[in-house]
Amino acid sequence: MNAPATSNKENGAVQQLHTDAYDWTNQCVKCGYCLPACPTYESMGVESASPRGRINLVKLAAEGKIDFQKDLSGPIELCLGCRACETACPVGVPYGHILEAAKEAIAPYTPKKMKKLKKLALVHLFPYPERMTLLGNGVMFYQKSGLSKLVRSSKLLKKISPALAHLEQALPPIESPSKRFKPGTVIPAKEETRLRAAFFTGCIMDSMMSRINRLTIELLTLVGCEVVLPANQSCCGALHSHQGEAMQAKALAKRNIQAFMQIDADVIVNNAGGCGASLQEYEQLLADDCEWAGAAMDFSKKSQDISQILHHLGPLPFTEEYRGIVTFQDSCHLRNVQKVQKEPRLLLQSIPGIIYVEMEGYDRCCASGGIYNLLHFEESMKILDGKMNDLNKTMATTIVTVNPGCQMQMNIGIQKDGAANHIKSMHLVEVLAKACGLK
Amino acid sequence: MEQVALDALSQIIPESRMFLDLAERYCYSYDASFGEYLPEVVLQPINVKEVSELVKLANVHKIPVSPRGAGTSLSGGPLPVKGGMVLDLTLLRDKLIIDRENMLAIVSPGVITAAIHKKAEEAGLFYPPDPSSSNVATIGGNLLENSSGPKGLKYGTTKEYVIGLEVVTPTGEIIRTGGKTVKNVTGYDLTRLIVGSEGTLGIVTEAIIRLIPKPQSRKTFVAHFNHFIDSGHAITSILSSGILPSSLELMDQACIRAVESYRPSGLPLRAEAILIIEIDGHPLAIEEEINKCADICRAKGASYVKIAESEDERDTIWSARKLVSPAITQMGPTKISEDATVPRNRIPAMMERLKQIRDKYELNLVVFGHAGDGNLHPNIITDKRNKAEMKKVELAVSEIFEAAIELGGTLSGEHGIGTLKSPYMEMELGINGVNMMKKIKEAWDPNNILNPGKIFPEKGQTKVVLVT
Repeated sequence: MNAPATSNKENGAVQQLHTDAYDWTNQCVKCGYCLPACPTYESMGVESASPRGRINLVKLAAEGKIDFQKDLSGPIELCLGCRACETACPVGVPYGHILEAAKEAIAPYTPKKMKKLKKLALVHLFPYPERMTLLGNGVMFYQKSGLSKLVRSSKLLKKISPALAHLEQALPPIESPSKRFKPGTVIPAKEETRLRAAFFTGCIMDSMMSRINRLTIELLTLVGCEVVLPANQSCCGALHSHQGEAMQAKALAKRNIQAFMQIDADVIVNNAGGCGASLQEYEQLLADDCEWAGAAMDFSKKSQDISQILHHLGPLPFTEEYRGIVTFQDSCHLRNVQKVQKEPRLLLQSIPGIIYVEMEGYDRCCASGGIYNLLHFEESMKILDGKMNDLNKTMATTIVTVNPGCQMQMNIGIQKDGAANHIKSMHLVEVLAKACGLK
Repeated sequence: MEQVALDALSQIIPESRMFLDLAERYCYSYDASFGEYLPEVVLQPINVKEVSELVKLANVHKIPVSPRGAGTSLSGGPLPVKGGMVLDLTLLRDKLIIDRENMLAIVSPGVITAAIHKKAEEAGLFYPPDPSSSNVATIGGNLLENSSGPKGLKYGTTKEYVIGLEVVTPTGEIIRTGGKTVKNVTGYDLTRLIVGSEGTLGIVTEAIIRLIPKPQSRKTFVAHFNHFIDSGHAITSILSSGILPSSLELMDQACIRAVESYRPSGLPLRAEAILIIEIDGHPLAIEEEINKCADICRAKGASYVKIAESEDERDTIWSARKLVSPAITQMGPTKISEDATVPRNRIPAMMERLKQIRDKYELNLVVFGHAGDGNLHPNIITDKRNKAEMKKVELAVSEIFEAAIELGGTLSGEHGIGTLKSPYMEMELGINGVNMMKKIKEAWDPNNILNPGKIFPEKGQTKVVLVT
């Protein structure tokens, strides 16, 4: 009854897991302090949906007591990867590394349908900026041509996939490509140059949310940054790491390091919590690669979130009041991995006219989790419903996020609640830019 | 487990709360102690009726039943050592009522203890037991294991606050004990018998908990001692001076060094002990009392005394204590955490014995704990994959208990007996003492289905076995 269905020993990835993750899993003292921090434990109510449960399952799989395909993949796939458990852990178990090692080991067992979707996005789309741009333009055409209205009224997408239907509605209006700064450009500081900042454009941010990227650059120049947009930069690889595609993630990391390290910038700035965390972890990702380890460390040390730079070089030259009640939903990867918590709040509170209210559960994942909301739609919506409940209690008219996934997820929540006429979800940069009179 | 029993179980509880697959069962095979026992089925009841029916069925089919909360036990209390079914009671959490007039709380067993702290405080009241796991642990687990924490010195343990229970007995009946009155001397005190019974006599499905007024204010100070014996004298002098601190915590030199090498924060490496003392009560009274305590520490040879003047300074003082766990786990992945307790005037003697044990077996043994009530936490840090060292750990653990008993103390101050200390029960209680307890267990649970393998040793078991 208890024998694994297939011998774990024959699986190379499992062997790898034993070498990579087993020692980490043994650091867990099973105290359970991670349980209250875990959104999936809260929503699902079973130990296998908790960090302690998952860590122990990885350990058991490495020991050959349970089977990878049958027993481990479910609980691992259902993890959001928000890493709030790492912040709660009193002994510092590197959960993120355990999770990624486990994802790599179970990747060969992913169901075919899911594999196709992942492969399409991860291998053929995100790593190619030009394809992302094309996709972005396509979506813009789709939005502007009236096709989106047609699709929405036909409810066609909903029949194919409720997840996609929600996502389609959550996409922000896409800005015309003519307004984008081109790769390779240098944008001078508005007045005195205080820092030279290389800007990481990201893949989704660059294609779907290019307006936020443009505003980010303009804000940087306002506080005295000369902004460089390195050509040949690429997707950060976060989604690849999260989906167990470590090789791809490493290749993308090297491409970015190469693109950025040629430029003599003081800082490398990004505006997406998930990407930023990934950039900061290049150091660990390439630690064993003697050719790249040094450069990766320098790269990670230079990486900063936009909120850190703006707070450091601020105050911003605000010209307008921002009216309304504003609350902030932390990006898990900004909060739990990059450990940036206070800067976005201080920036928001510095805006004239703003009424800032803290939301209960601000530090809990919204269940966007990369592409979690696509892969595990129902579980994701259950967690989102709880989040919307907390949001409604704040009476906020704007919910601010710092990651494209979170921003879209909040949009989905707002639309599901039919609250679009009184709440909007905005990126921190959009709110700051508005108060600075940028359009 | 027979198919007929499984079929009957699925009549009581829906499929979504009944787990048979391997991964889910393994997830309930452990707690925060030592050992891994695979249950045959895991069930998540959500009301007393389901619990009662499940237990009745288990009693008919003689299936072992291990109730559990969040699984933070350090003594093995919830482990399904005889297989059978695990009842996960974390979903039984619908009730948390604060009755302000009667100063009590009525709670479901799956309610997290910190939620009771929070709700009580909002009403200006106070539930003192504060195990360090209070953000995770359920009140049901807390009261069956009779947990406490740093505040035990002044406020006592969980049992001092439980005045009424709803319990499912091992034969499946639903009974009530005690009630809503602070005074209650009707018949045998079954409430006290069940609290701390480690799930062997009944499954608590509701508890009535006494609350007290919230102390108005608190003040904290830290004292460093270059000689351990001086810290011992300071403790007894403070306690005999008529002052009752709310916490009186101790860290030994090995602990101090571990914390300092984990996160350097200016702790005194040469000190043999650090005391952290907190006093609560009326602001005017605590002002005077804290100064008096600080004077006593200085008079007894403290090399450094610092009274916290702000909440930040208080946090800094406590952070040293909170860093102990992460710091010591850097020394090895396996942590055997004991809670041998001695009369407080015997703390220096106990510390001496622990030092001898550490030297004799050459183990990473650090000591911290609640010195005010004699509740010490000797922790042995090792690696369970190192079998030779684990054998030494087994011997050391036996000697720790022997030392505690010889000094007039007890096996457990707050973690319970569980699986880890059962072999030593006779040492403390004598054969007749243990037999009396066994008779009670047999009367309540004739088929020995409820949490078997806990508290009482197996035949011929004389010491703990950590590795085979």
